Amino acid sequence: MNDFEFQTATTVDEAVSLLAAKGDRARVLTGGTDLIVQLRENLREADLVVDVKKIPELIQYSLTEKGLRLGAGVPCYRIYGDEAIRKAYPGLVDSARIIGGWQIQSRASIGGNLCNSSPAADSIPTLIAYNVICHIAGPEGRRTVPVAEFCTAPGRNVLKRGELLTELEFPAAARHSGGAYLRFIPRNEMDIAVVGAGAWVQLDAKGETIERARLALAAVAPTPLFLADASAALAGKPATEATFKEAAAAASAIARPINDKRGTLEYRKHLAGVLIERSLVGAVRRARGEKWDPHV
Amino acid sequence: MTPKSERKKYKVIGTRPIRHDGADKVTGRAVYGADLRLAGIVHGKILRSPHAHAKVKSIDTSAAEKHPGVLAVVTRADMPNLKNKIADLGEGSVNLAHLGANVLAHDKVLYKGHAVAALAAVNPHVAEEALKLIKVDYEVLPSVTWVMDAMQDDAPLLHNDVFTKSMGKRASKPSNVPTHIHFEKGNIEEGFQAADVIVEREFKTASVHQGYIEPHVSTALWNQDGHVTVWTSTQGAFTARAQTAELLQIPVSQVTVVPCEIGGGFGGKIAVYLEPVAALLSRKCGRPVKMVMTREDVFEGTGPTPGSFMRVKLGATKDGKLVAGEAWLAYDAGAFPGGVIGPGAMCVFSCYELPHAKVDGYDVLDNKPKTQAYRAPGATQAAFACETVIDELAEKLKIDPLEFRLKNAAKEGTRRVDGPVYPRVGLVETLEAAKNSPHWKSKLEGKHRGRGIASGYWFNIGLKSSVAANVNNDGTVSLIEGSTDIGGTRTSIAMQFAETLGITAEAVHPRVGDTDSVGYTDVTGGSRTTFATGLAAHEVALDIQRQMRERAAILWECEASQVQVEDGAYCHKDKKLTFAELAGQLGHTGGPVVGRATVSPEGASNGFGTHLVDVEVDPDTAKVTILRYTAIQDAGRAIHPSYVEGQMQGGAVQGIGWALNEEYVYSDQGRMENASYLDYRMPTALDVPAIETIIVEVPNPAHPYGVRGVGETPIVAPPAAIANAIYAATGVRMTELPMSPPRLWAAMSTGKKS
Repeated sequence: MNDFEFQTATTVDEAVSLLAAKGDRARVLTGGTDLIVQLRENLREADLVVDVKKIPELIQYSLTEKGLRLGAGVPCYRIYGDEAIRKAYPGLVDSARIIGGWQIQSRASIGGNLCNSSPAADSIPTLIAYNVICHIAGPEGRRTVPVAEFCTAPGRNVLKRGELLTELEFPAAARHSGGAYLRFIPRNEMDIAVVGAGAWVQLDAKGETIERARLALAAVAPTPLFLADASAALAGKPATEATFKEAAAAASAIARPINDKRGTLEYRKHLAGVLIERSLVGAVRRARGEKWDPHV
Repeated sequence: MTPKSERKKYKVIGTRPIRHDGADKVTGRAVYGADLRLAGIVHGKILRSPHAHAKVKSIDTSAAEKHPGVLAVVTRADMPNLKNKIADLGEGSVNLAHLGANVLAHDKVLYKGHAVAALAAVNPHVAEEALKLIKVDYEVLPSVTWVMDAMQDDAPLLHNDVFTKSMGKRASKPSNVPTHIHFEKGNIEEGFQAADVIVEREFKTASVHQGYIEPHVSTALWNQDGHVTVWTSTQGAFTARAQTAELLQIPVSQVTVVPCEIGGGFGGKIAVYLEPVAALLSRKCGRPVKMVMTREDVFEGTGPTPGSFMRVKLGATKDGKLVAGEAWLAYDAGAFPGGVIGPGAMCVFSCYELPHAKVDGYDVLDNKPKTQAYRAPGATQAAFACETVIDELAEKLKIDPLEFRLKNAAKEGTRRVDGPVYPRVGLVETLEAAKNSPHWKSKLEGKHRGRGIASGYWFNIGLKSSVAANVNNDGTVSLIEGSTDIGGTRTSIAMQFAETLGITAEAVHPRVGDTDSVGYTDVTGGSRTTFATGLAAHEVALDIQRQMRERAAILWECEASQVQVEDGAYCHKDKKLTFAELAGQLGHTGGPVVGRATVSPEGASNGFGTHLVDVEVDPDTAKVTILRYTAIQDAGRAIHPSYVEGQMQGGAVQGIGWALNEEYVYSDQGRMENASYLDYRMPTALDVPAIETIIVEVPNPAHPYGVRGVGETPIVAPPAAIANAIYAATGVRMTELPMSPPRLWAAMSTGKKS
C-alpha cells in the first residue's frame, strides 16, 4: 500500500472539486469495505482518498409515495432495519442482507457496491430489476443514468473525472408488485456470487398474470446484465411454473459467463436459469403478498 | 464409553479442568509471534517469484540498498554453500541444499511465490515498497502443476540432480519422480482369482492447505556476540533450531529458539521459511528483524498437502470377505523431493484385513510449493480412494457398508501391507459404537438425502520428549516441557503428571520452554504430544514421588522404602503428610526437589476412527448441505475429553473442507488463482452442523494410561464418508476432490452412475 492523502468532504461540491483535481488518482471512500481491502492488497492505488460519508445528502434516504430516494452512502444495515423499506422493496433487502457479514453491512453502502462495479455485485441485479435511476454530481453539474447502463466493464462505470454518485432513485412500489434477489455461493457465507439473479414483477389484480417484469443477472458477463428480451417476453404471461421455466431457459441462453475460480462456464449458464426461476418465484409470491425467504 | 470402574480409578484423567493458558488466550494476553515488540525492531519482507518455473539469471539489489528506509537486503548469495550437505533433523535425513533453496531460491525458481530475495526496512510499508526496487532477470521455463503430467517423459524437469530411487536402485536419467515405493503381501494374482466381485476406480484430489489462522511469523536477532535468538510460531522449537543452524552453518548451540504461542500448524509449521532469512537480515543490519507473512504468502509460499492421482482395486468373495487389494498412488511433492507418499502408501489399506495386497507409490515433483505434512499426511487422499471402493464393493455384494467393514476390519494380529502387525487396536470398537450410535439408528428421510460411512487410520508416533519439574513449597509444581502447545497439550500433559503424583491439575503450572531451558523435544506432530510428552510427565512425577518419599523418610527417620504413598499422601505407620505439607518441609530436608525425564517411545500407537454423515444435495445447483455428522474414535484414553472432542470436531471440519470446496485453483501459467480465504473456501461456522462425537477407549498397551493420540485420525474419513453419502443421495459416485458444486453438477448431469 502506498502513502496517500486523506480528505473529508462535507458537501457534494467540495467532494467533486477534490476528486476533479486528482482524477483517477483519487478514490471515494464511503464504507470503505472494498476500497480499504483493494488499497491494502495493492489491487488499486490512490494518491487521494476522499471520505464522502460526512456529506448529509449521501447518508439520507426518504421513502414517499413517489418512491425511495437512497443516498449513495447509506449503509446496508439501515436499509434492512427500516420496516417500510422491507415492505416496499424486499429485493433490495435481500441484497443488503448478504453483502458481507453484519460488520461489513454496518459500513458498506449500496451506492458503494454499485460504484465498485463488480460483475458479481449483489446489489446491482436488484437495482436493475427495480429500474433504479442513478443521480450523479460532477464538475459539469448533475446528471442521471439508468442503472442498467451504469457499469461498463469489470470495475469500471460511467463516472467521469470528478464525478460522484449521490443518490439512487427507486420508482414507487406499484400495487401487486414484488422483487427478489438470490445468489449462489458454494458456502453459506463469506463468498462472492457464482451467479446472482434479481427479479421484479407486477401482476394483475388477481395475481395470476404477469403485467410487467424486469430480470437481471450478475456474474455471467463483464457487467451485470439486464435481460431486456426475457423480461419483455414475460408481459401478459400467466404466473406459472411453465412461464418461469421459459424465462429460465432464456436467461441460460443469454448468459455469457467465463470459466474461473468460482465456477465453470457451463455450470454458470445452468445456474443463471435456476436462479432466475427461483427469484421469479420469489418476486411473484411477494407480489401476491405471500411470504418468501431467499434460500439457495 | 469408559467403564465405571475405570472412571473411578482416576481422579484427574477424564475430567475437564479449565486449561492453564485459558485466561491468557481469551483475554488476548497470550504472546503470539506477531505480538513481539523488541527495542530497535525492523521489518523484513520477501520478494517472491511471479513465475511458476524460471531460471534466475541475475538479481540486482543495488537500488533497494540505496533506499533510505532499507537496512539490509539478502539473496541466495548470502546463504552458505549447502551443496551435497545432508543433515539429520530429528525425523530422518534432509537434503540441506533443497531446504536452503526453498528458503531462498538459488539458480531457479520452482513455483509461483518461491522466495527470491528479502529486505529489512524501518517499517513494513517501506519494506513492501522497496521490494519493487529489486530487479530480477528471469528466463521463464515451461511449468507443470498436475501430478500425472509431471510424470510424463517430456514434462518440464524441475531438478537435473534428482533420479528415481526404486527398490534400492537409482535410475540413470534425472526425472521428476524422486521415489517409487512398493509394498507387497501374499500373492496378488491368487488373491484376485479368489474374488467373486472386483471394483477398480481412479481418483483425483486437489492440493489443499493446512489453513492455520495465524500466518507464519518469525523475529530473529543475530547478536554482536554471534548468538542468534529466534522467536517464532513453530510446532517444534528444536527442529526450528536445527534447521536454522544447519542452513546458516553455525552450531546449534549458537541458536536459541523461543516458541511463541501458535495459532494452528496442522503439520505446516515444522519446516522453516522465515527463521533463517530473518537471521541473515539481522546479521547484516544488527537489529532484530521481524517477518510476518501475508495470507497470500502463506498459500503461495508454504506447504500445502499433495494433489494426487490414485487407482484402487479391491476384490471380495460373495460372502463378503476381502481377498485382495491393489493400489497405485502418485502424490505430488511440490518443488522439492520428499512428499508424503510414504504414509499414504502405508495407510491406503490400513483399516482392513487383506490377505493379498500390493501398493505402488510415487513421489512426484511439480511446480507447486514444497508440500508439507498436513494432519495425517497422505492418509486422507488414500482413504478417499479406498473407502469409496469399499462402499461400492459392499453395495455390489448387497451387504450393509458398516457390516462389511466390521467383517473385514483390521484387528490385533492384522499385518499391514507395509509390514507391521497391529497390537491391540480399536477399529472394531469404533464400528460397533457407530452401529449403536443414535445417528446410525436414526432414520434419514426426505428426497435428495443420503447417509455415508467411512473409517480412517493414522499411526500416531512416539519420538523424543523431555519434561522437567520443580516442586514449590506451597505444594504446587512448575512443569517445563518442550512441546509447543497447539491443542491444549499443556493441560493434558499436566493432568497426567497430576494423576501420577496424586495432586490436582490446578496445582501444576505447565510452561513451554525455549531450546535453552528444557531438554530436546521433537515436534508437536504425529499426534504424539499427549502420548509421548505425557509419558515423560508421568515419569517425572514418579521421579518426584521417589524423592518425596526420601524426604519423608528423613523426617520420620525411616527407610524411603517404608514410606507408602496413598492417594497422593505420604504415610509411615501413623504418620501422614499430604504432598503440599511435605513440600513445605523440603527446605530443611535437603533443599528443593527437581524432577526430570526424557523418553523416546518407539512404534505407532494406532488411532482408528469411523465417521457417519448425512447430506442433502440440491438437485438443481448440486450444493451439498451437511445435515448431521458424527465422529467416532478410539482415543485409547481421553485425558481431557473436551480436547479429544475438539480434535475430532476440528479434524472432521477440515475433512469437510477437503470434501466440498477446498482446492488450489491453478492457471495455465501455474499460478494459484485463489490465494485468499475468499476464494479458497474453507467451511465457515454456517457450513457445518455441530459435530457429534463418540470417544471409544481401547487403552494403548504401550502407555501407562492407555493414551493413543487423537489429533490426526479425524481428518482421514470425512471426504470418503461424504462421497458415500453423496452417492446415496444422488446415485453419482464422485471420484474427484473437492466435490464442489460445478464438479458434482457436471457428474450429476452426465448421469454418471455406477
